[in-house]
Amino acid sequence: MPAEKVFVPPDYQRPTESPPEVAAIPFRQRSAVTEPVWVRTILIVVAVGFVGLFLLLPLVFVFVQAFSMGFGEYFEQLSEPYAQSAIRLTLLVTAIAVPANLVFGIAASWAIAKFEFKGKAFLITLIDLPFSVSPVIAGLVYVLLFGAQGYFGPWLEANDIQIIFAVPGIVLATIFVTFPFVARELIPLMQEQGTGDEEAALSLGASGFKTFLFVTLPNVKWALLYGVLLCNARAMGEFGAVSVLSGRIQGFTNTMPLQIEAASKEFSRTAEVAAFSMASLLALLALVTLILKTFLEWRYADRLSSSAQAH
Amino acid sequence: MTARRLANGREFLVGAIAAVGVIIIVVLFTMSGRSVALLNVSFDPTREMFEEYNAAFAAFWREETGQRVSVRQSHGGSGAQARAVVDGLEADIVTLAIEGDVDLLADADLIDRNWRSLLPHGSAPYTSTIVFVVRAGNPLNIRDWDDLVRDDVAVITPNPKTSGGARWNFLAAWAYAESQNGGDEAATRDFVRRLYANVAVLDTGARGSTQTFAQRGTGDVLIAWENEAHLTVREFGEGTFEIVVPSQSILAEPPVAVVTRYAEARGTETAAEAYVEYLYSPEGQRIAAAHFFRPSEPTLVAPAALAAFPDIPLTTIGHFGGWAEAQPRFFGDGGIFDQIYAPAP
Amino acid sequence: MARTLTQSRFRKPSVIPGFGLTFGFAVTYLSLIVLIPIAALILKSASVGWDEFWRIATDGRTLAALRTSFGLSLIAALVNMFFGLILAWVLTRYRFPGRRLIDAMVDLPFALPTAVAGIALGSLYAVNGWIGGFFDFRITYTAIGITIALIFVGLPFVVRTVQPVLEDLDKELEEAAATLGAGRWKTIFRVILPPLLPAVLTGFALAYARAVGEYGSVVFVSQGIPYRNEIAPQLIVIKLEESASYGPAAVIATVMLALAFLLLLCINLLQAWGRRRFGSAG
Repeated sequence: MPAEKVFVPPDYQRPTESPPEVAAIPFRQRSAVTEPVWVRTILIVVAVGFVGLFLLLPLVFVFVQAFSMGFGEYFEQLSEPYAQSAIRLTLLVTAIAVPANLVFGIAASWAIAKFEFKGKAFLITLIDLPFSVSPVIAGLVYVLLFGAQGYFGPWLEANDIQIIFAVPGIVLATIFVTFPFVARELIPLMQEQGTGDEEAALSLGASGFKTFLFVTLPNVKWALLYGVLLCNARAMGEFGAVSVLSGRIQGFTNTMPLQIEAASKEFSRTAEVAAFSMASLLALLALVTLILKTFLEWRYADRLSSSAQAH
Repeated sequence: MTARRLANGREFLVGAIAAVGVIIIVVLFTMSGRSVALLNVSFDPTREMFEEYNAAFAAFWREETGQRVSVRQSHGGSGAQARAVVDGLEADIVTLAIEGDVDLLADADLIDRNWRSLLPHGSAPYTSTIVFVVRAGNPLNIRDWDDLVRDDVAVITPNPKTSGGARWNFLAAWAYAESQNGGDEAATRDFVRRLYANVAVLDTGARGSTQTFAQRGTGDVLIAWENEAHLTVREFGEGTFEIVVPSQSILAEPPVAVVTRYAEARGTETAAEAYVEYLYSPEGQRIAAAHFFRPSEPTLVAPAALAAFPDIPLTTIGHFGGWAEAQPRFFGDGGIFDQIYAPAP
Repeated sequence: MARTLTQSRFRKPSVIPGFGLTFGFAVTYLSLIVLIPIAALILKSASVGWDEFWRIATDGRTLAALRTSFGLSLIAALVNMFFGLILAWVLTRYRFPGRRLIDAMVDLPFALPTAVAGIALGSLYAVNGWIGGFFDFRITYTAIGITIALIFVGLPFVVRTVQPVLEDLDKELEEAAATLGAGRWKTIFRVILPPLLPAVLTGFALAYARAVGEYGSVVFVSQGIPYRNEIAPQLIVIKLEESASYGPAAVIATVMLALAFLLLLCINLLQAWGRRRFGSAG
């Protein structure tokens, strides 16, 4: 990308730096670098319509359904014991999976960005692996390891340890699917930043840990937060991987997304409300995530890595 | 030089141990001790019934022994649930849709082979049958199994490979076609093939099918457990759905069993046994009837509660040579059901 | 310093400490969480024997499920490519009220759990739903419904890969083309689209890969009829639930894994190509 930079005189104003307002262009004016007004209008309508139909409508629908029987019923459904336990479980799983992947993300990005070693590209590919694996497979692999007929199944049973159909399995599957989020935000940014700051700090006598804490960490804190944000959203919302190994024990191994499914199968007129009220909590989480994410991108664009926005 | 290298190796080891440590901590931290709660792994349509029964049993057990007991539920397609128990879902009790699914547990040495003889009525505290649910006013005039193979009818039934109820549905249709065609297997097979060609959605469990039909408005007729049918009509109001009772159906006997190996390991055997036995008590039978399962001991419940159960000819599983024979023939890998959906070779 | 120069051929020397520690941690953690479980999967699928593996992998139902998954994902990715390109163009080139909101909304599928998307779409497009009610054919529980869910999950990819390239694109090139007498359409097709191509294809491949593995939102809209429109991840779950052993599920999962790797490889090659091309174009 540095090759792209061309010399521009400081006082030179690019004529089209800010695109013109649609309405501000008189119809007859044919600009060489933009489209006629009707083309622009159609494209905008198509784009807005597409987003509205595919993204906005489902989102609005979730809230409409959740409140379709009034606020009272909404909170009633969310305070049902099964709903409460699902919320607690999801919070617990996230509270473990995200920090674990955070520690990994920091360690991996330090090793990868601050050092040159053989096989680095391969290691980066491996870290990205969980993104290209179907979540169902992420759940399945742990069943193969820890299921009663799995490789460690007999040993686990002999020692009274439950991994799948219990909380540890859910946590492991969640860690698997959210594995790359922090690392992939940090690695490109730390690579861009190089090792100059750290070397300077070390030559001034700072210890390695202090260098990390006071030099590296402040440099990457926004990217770190960005990664944690995405990791958190995925961890709370994971369905496929968790559904394979949860056993769907109500009030025990149903996470929020699984509870949506379970609630929708309850036989009552309030089943839809129960399912959609749970869904609305997760939709709210998504909205908060989007707002924070947009804020980070807007406010700290320069401190997130250039590749961050692409994913 | 070697010192530095060694130091690096040692560092690597520390890092590796730390990683192992993190994962062990994660597992230990989230591991729950063996809980005292009983786990009842059940099939789909029993959600509401066991919700009520569990509370009744807890009260009974408290009075009897002074112990508090809470019962956890897991619901899904009967076959899928049985597989999960075999795969290590530590159920104390299974209450499944068909005998064949409980036999899977016997195959895995989780329960005794003779489990059926341990409780009255072949371990089936309640029975049921298969009926149809149609939309209000029965616009397509669906009266019997024959109507389900008509071109203009979209049928909703679950997948027999994962759902127990679906297997009863399948066999009920088969038995009807067989009696219509005087036992001619080719004609019977063709009838069932046409019926399944009309299936619009094949959910993994009975409850999924009911929701598809009732909540999502898909399909013209739902082949359902009798109790699902009654619940659909009751929950959605009389004016929205109707029950159609076919000229003949099947006697569905959903069995219950204590999963001895898990219950023994967990020390819950006594409570688990009491749990399944209490299903045969007047209170247990009353709750079953209230949720439209036919009580196996009808004398124990008020006659009014039995009014909902019409008397129609019911084929039994014995007609198919029992589940040990029917299961592989119809629903095994490459069995008749698989052949129905496989494209003609 | 001198001693570190020769210390290792594996790693270039550095004054920065902590390589062993962090590398050891990262590699071990990666192995325990991802690599060993995946190795177990491959081992399990291999343990059924080659003949059995081949039989399951080429079984009619498996092939039908793979065809459904890869076919419908392709349609979804193509739709996303088309609309993604328009969206990226509109968002970078035009100013209109609500632009920032739309821009932020594009990432919704990354943030919204798939189960939420699934239940909302399934209900919206059901025959008695807000949208499904307008059509006299079924959408939920058909291939169309699945495709809509797959479009949803893959929507942001093309937009997000094309947007930065479009922003960096030198407007002077367009002006030059216009000055030299090229019409607007010619400028678009000859000057603007070619440098976008790697980004478009990368976004397309990412959306495709995402759709192929999708499960959560599809189960809420899928019909689940064998041979007709069962998707591959769904078949893995069904095989796990209906088979006496883990073998069949493991085999189908391994096949999917191999195909996913192939896609990943394509994506990496595309990205490398894009970088090369972008470098030479500037």
